[in-house]
Amino acid sequence: MKTGKVFKYGDHIDTDAIIAARYLNVSDFGALSTHCMEDIDESFASNVRHGDYIVAGENFGCGSSREHAPAVIKACGVTAVIAKSFARIFYRNAINIGLPIVECKDAADAIRAGDEVYVDLAHGKVTDATTGETFTFPPYPKEIQKIIDRGGLLND
Amino acid sequence: MTLTQQILSRHYRNKPLVAGEMIMADVDLALGNDITSPVAINAFKAAGGDKVFDPDKIAVVLDHFVPNKDIESARQCACCRAFAAEQSIKNFFDVGQMGIEHALLPEKGLALPEMLIVGADSHTCTYGALGCFSTGVGSTDLAYVFKTGKLWFRVPEAIKVTLKGKLRPIVSGKDVILDIIGRIGVSGARYASLEFMGDVSSLTMDDRFTVCNMAIEAGAKNGIFPVDDITLEYVKVRSDKKFDKTKAADLSDAVYAKEITVDLDALTPTVARPHLPENTVTLDEIASERIKVDQVVIGSCTNGRLSDLESAYRVLKGNKVAKGVRVIIIPATQDVYVRALRAGYIEAFIEAGAVVSTPTCGPCLGGYMGILSDNETAIATTNRNFIGRMGAKTSSIYLASPYTAARAALLGYIG
Repeated sequence: MKTGKVFKYGDHIDTDAIIAARYLNVSDFGALSTHCMEDIDESFASNVRHGDYIVAGENFGCGSSREHAPAVIKACGVTAVIAKSFARIFYRNAINIGLPIVECKDAADAIRAGDEVYVDLAHGKVTDATTGETFTFPPYPKEIQKIIDRGGLLND
Repeated sequence: MTLTQQILSRHYRNKPLVAGEMIMADVDLALGNDITSPVAINAFKAAGGDKVFDPDKIAVVLDHFVPNKDIESARQCACCRAFAAEQSIKNFFDVGQMGIEHALLPEKGLALPEMLIVGADSHTCTYGALGCFSTGVGSTDLAYVFKTGKLWFRVPEAIKVTLKGKLRPIVSGKDVILDIIGRIGVSGARYASLEFMGDVSSLTMDDRFTVCNMAIEAGAKNGIFPVDDITLEYVKVRSDKKFDKTKAADLSDAVYAKEITVDLDALTPTVARPHLPENTVTLDEIASERIKVDQVVIGSCTNGRLSDLESAYRVLKGNKVAKGVRVIIIPATQDVYVRALRAGYIEAFIEAGAVVSTPTCGPCLGGYMGILSDNETAIATTNRNFIGRMGAKTSSIYLASPYTAARAALLGYIG
């Protein structure tokens, strides 16, 4: 994956923060992406560039089952989300739609907002190009890797 | 195996399972609503979906922004309506029949013990109260079930929650689950099942629905109660199917990752402060702060059932809501609404100065029917108090039981 800039958030970033339910009267993820992170970071949607990364703390994506949450992050052009841990429905939604997610405590602790990072999914490695630090994460369970390899659950 | 693992096993060729295993299990019922179904329908069609695997195993409930709050919502509902007609989905609930999905499906006898249920709504975990495995999933998951009747699961570890004693009359299932979330945190049960044991007969079905409903608020995959006389009593008037009670021997080899105990006798009304459900305090502790409320919401899939309205009625009847407080009461289903009407609750609410809405998720997720302005405060019987959940991002939500919320309606503050 290419190098991108980091937007950093804390623990328990919920799906209402990622995309508020008040906008879910439409299902167009491109249109919804202009509201991504709106209630906790008004400038995110206008500042994020294709290829950037989100780094966060514990339990990222907790709350609602809305698939709109990983879908708008993907529609914003975010390459991957790196977090200490993910809420379980967000985790399966991200895998199912082909948004790369990386669970890596050390990386999530060390990487700072604005750092340039890149992820090597195949070798389980996160690199902070700004500081030169590298971090490793374990491979996905093989059944999940198969879904990732297909680019999503519904891709044959 | 645990209760959850046994049900998953029965839906996976009876293969014995251990926590952490990945399985592709058979689904008995798949649910979508007016927000999540359109995304699933689009995904189903984009993946070349023609006919769903079994229309009788799919339920679509229009409840979040329904009756339609605007043109866009109306279009999403029209999409669901067309799909239900085209696929001959008989369990399609539109205005007039609909209620909040997680109150409606058990009421209609569609959620039953031993089933494996998934829903594209995080509070699908509610049905575990009936002794089934039930969990929230995404829209692509739902589309996959539409196509195949199956879905992937990671077999969860279990947290055993032993209930001891009996609740006092003013204490309810909401206080039980808020207490648990306060103790283990919003990610304390992440990926795990919460399995309730011990003196479960102290909890009514409505209490159990509320407890399981908020299992997701501790990060759990599902919550589950054993099947007992109370379950069978609830189910027998709603289904012809026969079910067995859970026996202690069934769980002799169950392995639990963690065990916690809830002392029901000692439990008192509990409140979760903004902006996470884990920020709990007892009502006694918070009362001295006299936190002023602008709005009170009594309803939702968590607490919009008849017994919830009854506990609000006991507090509100013959009294007037405090000046400057907007009180919104939302029966969860048409059946709850008409029973509350016959019992005199609705008249008492209106005379007290509250408004009563048709069933809808409405304000719980900041949809409509009671949105908060800047810096406003609400006490709600709903399930989430995240930033901006019920309106402006500077607004605040305190979560509590119908009893506690109704008290605040009269006092004008939490107390």
